[in-house]
Amino acid sequence: MMQETMQVVVDTPSYIKCRQVCKANVRANRCFKFKKNLEAVSGDELFAPGHSACAGCGATVAVRLALKAAGKNTIATNATGCLEVFSTKYPETAWRVPWIHAAFETSASVASGVEAALKKLGKDVNVIAFGGDGGTVDIGFQALSGAMERGHNMTYICYDNEAYMNTGVQRSGSTPYGSSTTTSPAGSVSIGNKRPKKDMPQIIAAHGVDYVATASIAFPLDYMKKVKKAVATNGPAYVHVLAACPTGWGSASERSIEICRLAVDSGMWVLYEIDHGDARITYLPTKKVPVIEYLKTQKRFRHLKAEDVQDIQDMIDERLKRYSNEI
Amino acid sequence: MPRGDVLHGSRAVAEAVKLCDVDVIAAYPITPQTHIVEDLAEFVANGELDAEYVLVESEHSAMSACIGASATGVRTFTATSSQGLALMHEMLFIASGMRLPIVMANANRALSAPINIWNDQQDSMSERDCGWIQLYCETNQETLDTTIQAYRISENKKVLLPSMVCLDGFVLTHTIEPLEIPDKDAVNRFLPEFEPAVYLDPDDPMTLGAFATPADYIKFRFEQEKAMRNAIEAIEKADREYKKETGRGYGLMEEYNTKDADIIIVSMGSVVGTIKEVIDQLKGEYNVGLLKIKAFRPLPKERIKEVLKNARVVSVVEKDVSIGLGEGGLFSEIKGILYNLDERPKVLGFIIGLGGRDITQPDIRDIIKLSKKAEKDVVDEVHWIGLR
Ligand SMILES: Cc1ncc(C[n+]2csc(CCOP(=O)(O)OP(=O)(O)O)c2C)c(N)n1
Ligand code: SF4
Ligand SMILES: [Mg+2]
Repeated sequence: MMQETMQVVVDTPSYIKCRQVCKANVRANRCFKFKKNLEAVSGDELFAPGHSACAGCGATVAVRLALKAAGKNTIATNATGCLEVFSTKYPETAWRVPWIHAAFETSASVASGVEAALKKLGKDVNVIAFGGDGGTVDIGFQALSGAMERGHNMTYICYDNEAYMNTGVQRSGSTPYGSSTTTSPAGSVSIGNKRPKKDMPQIIAAHGVDYVATASIAFPLDYMKKVKKAVATNGPAYVHVLAACPTGWGSASERSIEICRLAVDSGMWVLYEIDHGDARITYLPTKKVPVIEYLKTQKRFRHLKAEDVQDIQDMIDERLKRYSNEI
Repeated sequence: MPRGDVLHGSRAVAEAVKLCDVDVIAAYPITPQTHIVEDLAEFVANGELDAEYVLVESEHSAMSACIGASATGVRTFTATSSQGLALMHEMLFIASGMRLPIVMANANRALSAPINIWNDQQDSMSERDCGWIQLYCETNQETLDTTIQAYRISENKKVLLPSMVCLDGFVLTHTIEPLEIPDKDAVNRFLPEFEPAVYLDPDDPMTLGAFATPADYIKFRFEQEKAMRNAIEAIEKADREYKKETGRGYGLMEEYNTKDADIIIVSMGSVVGTIKEVIDQLKGEYNVGLLKIKAFRPLPKERIKEVLKNARVVSVVEKDVSIGLGEGGLFSEIKGILYNLDERPKVLGFIIGLGGRDITQPDIRDIIKLSKKAEKDVVDEVHWIGLR
């Protein structure tokens, strides 16, 4: 089960036009900034290919980038869920860092024990606890709250695909308003999920955790920077990363990154960090995209009527206003 | 030099944990275990024990943190009781399935509802299938010694299973007894430094707790059972060597007057003290012996069969019941062990002491009298003692 780590050699294809970074519309292989950014995401591949995730699975991107950011001096813990299942089918593993899974609700509590043991041994190793949204905001909530409050030196990363995917797309506390899932199906008298998403990053921030951030897999540099800061934090840190799930969201597998970008550009998901109490939005879309553009990419929202979409638009506008004031 | 002292059972456990240089403790308070975790906190606060103490928010997290710490390569300890053990249930199977040599003290207590803080053994009996070694103690001295032995047994490379040291709540935890605390050098000789078989190490990354399909899962379960069988020898070996260092040993089980006895009582935990006492009182009048089960998991079935096969009546006295089966767990298992003998003793079950109901000498005398009657007459198989 031991694996060599490997370096990926980045070869920038000449036909890619760099628009995201400087909007200069030059060929990517001539763009210095683009090359530099590409280099930033081309570190050690500590999450190996060959696992059994669905095509376009956002969770794989979330883990791959996080491990690149943290480096190989890392121990990972994992909650039960898609990530654990698709990456560790005995006797194979996709993990090139030491990894442990115990149960669904125990990523943070197992990580607490790992961290305590490392402290006792005098070893300086990053501890990253991974959990899906269900393993984080629902069943693992208590264990996570305890771990954050106790001040363990660990980074908790919630990869949020907004439902219990591993068991067949059931609703979680992180499922957004109006989303149709197998336990909150849209029907003639139901809009689907009736409650807005639980605001987990704010709840963790209320624990007085030194570093809390939100991220999206469509913003790899922003995400990796945040993971680096989280890992460097002396004490608990929390990163909540939106990670598309084509299977559960009913979206095209090749559009996962695009959809996670639309989530941010529409204000459905806001990128921010709270660094030692200092809150700031790390990316504000220059041109806000109407939320319908995001919603229409996914079957889980396709039952929504125009007035429902307007309700959602109002909700996110209001939230963004609140965040802009508070953050 | 060993040190004489007069200690509560809880303190005896804490002293043992200190002597074993445990590295990480993760625990959550519950009556009647509280003094164990408080005493350990005191040791850590005073620098008498150099351990990381994780003050978790639940027993579920206590066991999870022990799993994480043990997998990182250090010696771990936790203690609980009753509702706390029940809350850990999910993690108990995971700790043993991952083959982590965690040691836990369980202060035996009744399970809710109705909520009741007093002693019986329903809590640990309900966890008999979780893959943990279970060692039941009669006295505070035995509890102290067993806790130290448990590390040696669990960490044995042929075993690598967690151990639960069961001590009766209040009867032992809150009762003082004179005992001897072994010398630190003796414990050091007996218990080598913890050397994990595998552990989480960035220089040699391992995946622990992977998911297994039907093709492999059964193999893991079989290996666990094999390890449990190995534990029988490991327990005896540890006990022998412990005896060399301290003069005290307990074995897998204890026979008291069992040779040629017509009636043999089988029981475990602190109640065997009372039973021995009554047996002594009835000497000459009744030919009765006692088999004290210390290792309930692994259960030394062949040895038990040898001891019991020539008795006329075997009476199992226990503080638990399987509702719906209408008998105690130990009783069912003893019956099962004897079933394939060509000629087998009659087996009676006595459910006693639930929720802390006193177990008196007259109770034991009644049990013996009824057992005597069963030699000739037909009597009910199972009896509840102390109903009113
Ligand atoms: C105690 C317990 N309850 C329920 C389950 C079943 N279960 C396994 S994974 C899962 C959902 C995981 O959802 P999430 O954490 O969001 O991760 P995802 O699969 O979506 O990546 C559930 C309900 C379980 N393994 N353990
Ligand atoms: S169901 Fe979703 S989260 Fe699970 S592997 Fe497939 S894409 Fe990834
Ligand atoms: Mg999920």
